[in-house]
Amino acid sequence: MRTLLTGNYAVAEAVKLSRARVIAAYPITPQTTIVEKLAEMVEKKEIDAEFIRVESEHSALAAVYGSAVAGLRSFTATSSHGLLYMYEMVWWVANARVPLVMAVVTRTIGPPWNIHTDHTDLLTMRDSGWIISMAENVQEAFDLTVQGFRISEEAGLPFTVGMDAFQLSHTAEVVDLPSQQDVDAWLPERRQPYRIEPEDPVTVGCIGPNEYTAKLRCNMAREMEKAKELVNRVDEEFGKSFGRRYGGLVEEYRLEDADYAVVMTGAWSGDAKDAIDMLRKEKLRVGMLRLRYFRPFPQKELRKLLEEKEVLVVDRDFSMGHMGILGIEVSSAIGDITNVIAGIGGVDVGVDDFKMMFRKFADKKLRKIEWWPEEMFL
Amino acid sequence: MLTETMILSFGGQGGVTAARILALAAVSGGKYAQAIPHFGAERRGSLVRSYLRLSDKPIRRHSSIKKADLLAVFAEKILRIVDVNELLRDNRQIILNTKNEDIKNKTGVKCYCIDAAGIALNLNLVAAGWPIVNTAMTGAMARSLNLSIDSVVNAIKQTFSGKLAEVNAKAAEIAYREVRLCETF
Amino acid sequence: MKHSEYLIAKPSKGSAGQTGLWRSFRPVYHVERCIRCLLCCFYCPEDVIEVHYHRFILFHYEYCKGCGICASICPEDAIEMVEEEE
Repeated sequence: MRTLLTGNYAVAEAVKLSRARVIAAYPITPQTTIVEKLAEMVEKKEIDAEFIRVESEHSALAAVYGSAVAGLRSFTATSSHGLLYMYEMVWWVANARVPLVMAVVTRTIGPPWNIHTDHTDLLTMRDSGWIISMAENVQEAFDLTVQGFRISEEAGLPFTVGMDAFQLSHTAEVVDLPSQQDVDAWLPERRQPYRIEPEDPVTVGCIGPNEYTAKLRCNMAREMEKAKELVNRVDEEFGKSFGRRYGGLVEEYRLEDADYAVVMTGAWSGDAKDAIDMLRKEKLRVGMLRLRYFRPFPQKELRKLLEEKEVLVVDRDFSMGHMGILGIEVSSAIGDITNVIAGIGGVDVGVDDFKMMFRKFADKKLRKIEWWPEEMFL
Repeated sequence: MLTETMILSFGGQGGVTAARILALAAVSGGKYAQAIPHFGAERRGSLVRSYLRLSDKPIRRHSSIKKADLLAVFAEKILRIVDVNELLRDNRQIILNTKNEDIKNKTGVKCYCIDAAGIALNLNLVAAGWPIVNTAMTGAMARSLNLSIDSVVNAIKQTFSGKLAEVNAKAAEIAYREVRLCETF
Repeated sequence: MKHSEYLIAKPSKGSAGQTGLWRSFRPVYHVERCIRCLLCCFYCPEDVIEVHYHRFILFHYEYCKGCGICASICPEDAIEMVEEEE
């Protein structure tokens, strides 16, 4: 069904259609309307789920950890300071290999107090063992949420759907909403590495020889590596059923014949694509590699697709004392890059900015690490 | 073709809902649309900008609109606070809620006027002391956006229910009929 | 670039700008009905009601948002909310 939904409502619909059984969350702008909508669905009995109200994000993730370990499809969502408050549990659920899905509506970390998008909050999850995805538009946020349950349950790793505050969370766009029947047919029964059941008592994660931890981590690393193929396969299978295929770990946009390649992620990639189309008309051969996933990280794709191209990485985040976080990641795979830091704290960056930025890059007028726009940081 | 509209309203006047209604109307007609609320915390009474993009093709950009093709101004008072020329592309138009028959339009921009507050008050559309002008404004804006009044009425009926839907739809219909071009200078 | 500039805000008059522009109804004071209880002053969330010589009150219309709390708390209906003219 073709309809108009905000990013937050689209994610709520995806959770409903994925037949999640337990939802626990603590409200925080800009995530609030996801769980508000889900609470409404539970109240109206449109979804056969329990909504657990909690006093903090730490408890929210702890609650869905419990329900997920017990074998129920579970969901939570948060943003920024809420994510930081649940950080201990973020690592716990990953190390415990618990499949569940969390939406992170990316929001700047304060101070100063700021509710607008940048990607630093989501990227704090980088090393934790979560599969981390990022949507470009409302439709993709919906699709990633449905796919997330499948990927998470097959990999035995938790899955997060990232989407930009306001630009996606509160922006209403055209969404093709599949029927319950179609989602049921596509999404298999939940599976998971282990579960706790009253008839078969177990303890999860109790103390053991150090080698246990080491072996578990190595196993987790291998599973994450295998998830690369899984993400690509699920993207393809989803495409077969629903007609939308994004390219798996990365999306290529006018990249093949490009001399200049831009690497970025999130809602503003759409603005950058519009800018690319305009520059192409001016005979500047620029293309994009959009990171749809941070973890697992697509080194292989980057090496193959960015070979012999000048690479610009545009970050909406920064690692203090170093460079943009995507910049670090991409240079670890392909070496020399130029890194633009823009849109921090939700500073609006649009089509005209990208046009100017890419033009400057082609003219070699950008520093190795450039805070954009230059005049703001004089 | 991409049409970018900016709605200037005071928080509580329903600017965000108006953008949504018009987006819904466009989508039902097979178009692509994007309704963007003011990025941030809206406060009742403060100036709020909402954005509406309509296109025949999927809309990819997500940044805010800096200069619009169409500007809807939900209260005449707003003209005292903002310079509409700064917010409009060249040769574009304004739709203004005003009861002033002979508004002196000094903006130099093509200006369409509608007494949205009057329409709302006549229909007893009042909430928390304020006339609800947003649905009348959607009716007035529909013409400039090439949307049929039927699609707007249907969108209003999807947004509200019962009697409220009927009255709001009526406001849009009246405004669609009554909107007129003001003298330009 | 001074980092404190972006972190520290000091209390100041009208830091949100001329919030009087947000108003759609204006409080109008009827001094003859006023019993000087000053509840309006205590309840005003914006601190825009000033007391003069313990005798009468004065609204700062530049910043009054027209919320109407003063009018509803007044036990003598000495404050009336009147629609603003465009």
